[in-house]
Amino acid sequence: MVRHILVVLPHPDDEAFGAAGTLAMHIQQGAQVTYACLTLGEMGRNMGIPPFANRATLPHVRKQELEASCRAIGIQDLRLLGFHDKMIEFEDQALLDSKLEALLKELRPDLVITFYPGYSVHPDHDACGAAVIRTVGKLPAEERPVVYCIAFSHNCEEEIGSPDVIIDVKPFLPQKLAAIQAHRSQFRAPELMGSGNLSGEDLLERYGTEHFWTYRF
Amino acid sequence: MERISPSDVQARLDRLQNKALYLHLESTTGAYATHLDSSKHPASAFISNARIRYAHGLIAGNGPYRVGLKTETGWVYAEGLTHWEETESERLILAGHDSQGKLVVTLMLSPHPF
Repeated sequence: MVRHILVVLPHPDDEAFGAAGTLAMHIQQGAQVTYACLTLGEMGRNMGIPPFANRATLPHVRKQELEASCRAIGIQDLRLLGFHDKMIEFEDQALLDSKLEALLKELRPDLVITFYPGYSVHPDHDACGAAVIRTVGKLPAEERPVVYCIAFSHNCEEEIGSPDVIIDVKPFLPQKLAAIQAHRSQFRAPELMGSGNLSGEDLLERYGTEHFWTYRF
Repeated sequence: MERISPSDVQARLDRLQNKALYLHLESTTGAYATHLDSSKHPASAFISNARIRYAHGLIAGNGPYRVGLKTETGWVYAEGLTHWEETESERLILAGHDSQGKLVVTLMLSPHPF
């Protein structure tokens, strides 16, 4: 059984689309989850349809959405690290790494979930994953938690192979869909939802499994 | 947000002229532009909390709208504006959303930092 999972992702809603089912499953089995969310997604382009948020109000809106998503999944411990959306790759690396080192030291997780650096499309995703890999990589090998990475760039399977962890999260779709829908300003985005609503075969196809690559240090 | 009412925006621009303000100006295709369509060239820029003062500011066009602010040393310009926040009493928040509802441009002015 996994005891404590540390999730490190840069944007509110990354957890919902990428790992909500896996997290809900482990939580049901008794795991503690700490979610370190690097930013408030304050530079996002989705403002709701019709737009109910704007650039000035978005951080507040997304913070509330993130809290609701965590409740839906059952995440017990949410940490907002306060970095600025879109700026992770430009952030002071020593500062970023020190925050992650402190979390690893405090929590001693046995599993870490983050993005696969270089294969996660958004510069914040790649920079977040790189910081996690750097920090975990500095731990002595026997103290390193397992790291599951999320990847979705078009070339990822060509370069890093198929994901080695495939989790059927269909039993946890209610939690996952509730988490996605908690991100009210974001979830209607056409590229995330396809053409339809949250129902049917398309939904199972899209959200019924979660894929991770175990990082080899 | 509401569809821009040019006369209301103009009145707000007039009220904010010659005041010490903070500007947030941004234009973006989004970080996923090329991932979703390889023919798209991603291009974005923003500046947050730049301090400005303008002597003259106008909204122009028939929608989407353009705004130009003449400062002591240059200009501020935004094109493609569709919405504004009419509930804001002190700040001016303008945004342009594309046909999918995504923000593509925003121009915000406030006496206080964003």
